[in-house]
Amino acid sequence: MTVAVPPFQRLVDEHWRDVARLAFALAGPQEGEDVAQQAWVKALAAYPSLVDARNLRSWLLTITAHTATDHHRSRARRPRPTDELPERAVPPAETTDDRLWEQVRALPERQRTAVVLHYVADLAHTEVAAALGTTAAASRRLVSDALTALRSQLGTDLHEVGS
Amino acid sequence: MNPFDLALRRLDERLRPPRLPIGDVSYALHDTGLGQLVLAVAEPGTVVACSYDDEAAVTEHLARALSPRVLRRPDRLDTLRRQLDEYLEGRRRNIDLPTSTVLATPFTQNVLEVLRSVPYGSTTSYGDVARAIGEPQASRAVGNALGANPICIVLPCHRVVRGDGSLGGYAGGAEAKHFLLELERGS
Repeated sequence: MTVAVPPFQRLVDEHWRDVARLAFALAGPQEGEDVAQQAWVKALAAYPSLVDARNLRSWLLTITAHTATDHHRSRARRPRPTDELPERAVPPAETTDDRLWEQVRALPERQRTAVVLHYVADLAHTEVAAALGTTAAASRRLVSDALTALRSQLGTDLHEVGS
Repeated sequence: MNPFDLALRRLDERLRPPRLPIGDVSYALHDTGLGQLVLAVAEPGTVVACSYDDEAAVTEHLARALSPRVLRRPDRLDTLRRQLDEYLEGRRRNIDLPTSTVLATPFTQNVLEVLRSVPYGSTTSYGDVARAIGEPQASRAVGNALGANPICIVLPCHRVVRGDGSLGGYAGGAEAKHFLLELERGS
């Protein structure tokens, strides 16, 4: 049996900013838009067979996080050119915000996903745990480890981080 | 407090809405002299709605009756919008696109079928329509069915008036019905 779900456009109107934020935080300025785009296409394809319509926001954000993870892994597998323009491969971060997002992306995968789902996507630890296939206690630990790492990387540059 | 708060507020200015593929149902909001209409096609292009109701009500109905993959895609409604504008300017007599009354009940579908034999510029009465569907006592039910027409203007329910010649009801209001009948009369 299928459940009554709202017209898909309503999800887009209500949640596109959350999805775009999350994709940006997990995949960065260039790739973030692609990740968000892919996540919406996946969600649209899966929508008619959705069996639980109670938390559509969390459903969308989980799809986005998984899309970002897949994206990250497929990039990591791709061979990298080694002798070309090594100094310019990564443009230097200009602002404190850019440095923050860069350090977030440099976190270990599960820490990164947990801290971003919790603070950027505003999901509760139980929802973060469901997205990561773990427990709420483990989610808390991942988020706290991530904040510790960010603070030590960013030093006093970013007093807004976890004060 | 959220440690990312300030960075997120600055991030929001850089975000852009997604470009979505075509779903199962595409719709548009179309402003006309009669007010805002919600237009919808079942892909790849069967007209299923031309409604005076609001966006939320129409899209919920579409999601329930057809598919929840309902997306706002004004580009998919370009032909219908152009033909409607031409009709409302008196430069066109019929909307020349495939239609489906899938949003209507079987009784309403029967009633709407009768409209095919009511040409541009003419009118008929609720009683005549009731007789045409073989239910001569049902003129009140016919009125309700016409009021539930999911494809107003395209299926010309405005051409049905009271037996005494007075206008009767209309989903878009009496003024809109009067305008459409005058338009078709060529005045």
